[in-house]
Amino acid sequence: MPERKQLTLTQMRIGQSGVVIQIQGGHGLVNRLNALGIRAGKRITKLSSMIMRGPVTIQVDGAQVAIGFGMAHRIIVEPVQAIK
Amino acid sequence: MGNPNVGKSVIFSRLTGVRVIASNYPGTTIGYTQGFIKLGEERAEVIDVPGTYTLEPTCEAEEVASQMLDTGDVVINVVNAINLERNLYLTLQLLEKNIPVVVALNMWDDTRHRGIHIDLDKLRELLGVPVIPTVAVTGQGIKELVENIPRAISPDSPVRSRDERWAAIGSIIDQIQRVTHRHHSWFERLEDASVKPLTGGIMALAALGGAFMLIRLIGESLINYALDPLFNNLWAPVLLRLSNLMGGSGFLHDIVIGKIAGGEVNFIESFGLLSAGLYVPLAMVLPYVIAFYLILGLLEDIGYLPRLAILMDTIMHRLGLHGYAIIPTLLGFGCNVPAVLSTRILESKRERFIAATLISIAIPCAALQAMIIGLVGEHGGQYVAIVYGTLFVVWIILGFILNHTVKGFSPELLIEIPPYRLPSWRATLQKLWMRVYGFLVEAVPIILGAVLVINILYFLGVFNAIADFTAPLITGLWGLPKEAVTAIVIGFLRKDVAMGMLAPLGLTAGQLVVGSVVLTMFFPCIATFVVILRELGVVSMLKATGVMITAALVVGGILNLIL
Repeated sequence: MPERKQLTLTQMRIGQSGVVIQIQGGHGLVNRLNALGIRAGKRITKLSSMIMRGPVTIQVDGAQVAIGFGMAHRIIVEPVQAIK
Repeated sequence: MGNPNVGKSVIFSRLTGVRVIASNYPGTTIGYTQGFIKLGEERAEVIDVPGTYTLEPTCEAEEVASQMLDTGDVVINVVNAINLERNLYLTLQLLEKNIPVVVALNMWDDTRHRGIHIDLDKLRELLGVPVIPTVAVTGQGIKELVENIPRAISPDSPVRSRDERWAAIGSIIDQIQRVTHRHHSWFERLEDASVKPLTGGIMALAALGGAFMLIRLIGESLINYALDPLFNNLWAPVLLRLSNLMGGSGFLHDIVIGKIAGGEVNFIESFGLLSAGLYVPLAMVLPYVIAFYLILGLLEDIGYLPRLAILMDTIMHRLGLHGYAIIPTLLGFGCNVPAVLSTRILESKRERFIAATLISIAIPCAALQAMIIGLVGEHGGQYVAIVYGTLFVVWIILGFILNHTVKGFSPELLIEIPPYRLPSWRATLQKLWMRVYGFLVEAVPIILGAVLVINILYFLGVFNAIADFTAPLITGLWGLPKEAVTAIVIGFLRKDVAMGMLAPLGLTAGQLVVGSVVLTMFFPCIATFVVILRELGVVSMLKATGVMITAALVVGGILNLIL
């Protein structure tokens, strides 16, 4: 049964992939994240997260980006089923 | 111009022959560098611009980039071929401006083993400007790039909104790029491991511990096996002969050679231009400068530093900074001047103030460290450890206090992490040479000047007057002999020389520890002072100075009571 749940980036499991649905934030935040290639419709994979509300690292296209916990919390992602 | 960490500085070096510091992390270039190339008969000026993701700047380094755009006639837009989609956003913004553009598609060699296929002709057609594949580190494609600079054109793109630009990029990428599947490389497994809490923590400890041990090993070996023998066996006899020629004493003799006790030259305590004036910079400091910048250069070029920033982020937030501030801090262990400059990669003025203050208080530069290790280390490694331990505690506590007293909040970390790369020895050694050369031409004259000034002031008796005046502070609070004030005063010129001035005073190990800590914290050296003033303004400078003096008084006093 396909999952159609939406998560924040901080809630995703490590290794999980998802499509960015929305960035909950002001124009400034959206702009900064967009500039790094993170925007609605983009497929990303969570690589790691630090303990104690540390930054989350994701893979987006050919690049890896580290995002502070608070910012990551505002990125809403819909997980995609692993093709395997 | 281009995104951060796409190789702009390397291309710039290739085009102009001007050597610039290039590293494998975003934000290496924070100001701009100029150089010239020959285009046919004409000589054209080329400017290396700091990296930026958009023309809507988010930090000071990016602001510099946007401003530079207005001064150019042609833009060489350097684009990262392995991350084309995101890089094209800036390209489209540039095409909307009324300025001719030529695109250098850099890191072209990386596309193949990453399974990325790009249709160059189609890309040229869609963008409407020349697109040249390049591999800047090897020089491939640079000739073609130069030939195409006169062919740069401005295609007069309509001005689009943000979403329209992304839509246009999406359609370009669909038409020109194919990505095929490939397996995870060994490097990428290492990359993943270094940003996970457990493995990353272990790797960070190993990297920093290893770096520290290597620096000491290289520095000490250079001193023991090369420079000390050189000075003791070759230079000392020359000085002794010269001393005899000059009559063995007198004002001029003391300035040039220094006091010679018992027919032997003690290079630190004979405080002359040709004794301590050469020995301190060349035989004590230079070895550690070489060792430090070699290891730092390797860490930079491998691409490790941004990963360290992620690991440190949580801790740094307690100090009012985010993880990326670890990069200026590490640079500070080399020299505080580039460290303060590189705080430009931080977003807010508040962060820059906190970072610059913490660096100039608690981070001793390589020159000062070399002297601390050399002088304090004679009494045993535990005393060196006390100095570093104290400074570390000061760094944490002061950061904590600043975070709670300076208005504002610390922004969140948002950085791109570069892939690991094997450093090329040529590039790393070239960077090492630039930094060592910088030390030689900037530090050595000031050190000689400081030695000269010290001797003249001694001769005129100025120091005795100051010493009597400040005795309550120096002796009462810090437990140092009153003559130590001369070192504190000279610390404003060069802290390594100042540290050397403590040597003839016959201090106990405890006093040396107090002296080292106070010297590090009390006041920035003049070069750092000027940079902080220029970067942060008068008000912030005064605040930072106030913090420094207070902290040095308190910490020096506490240490004196404990030791």
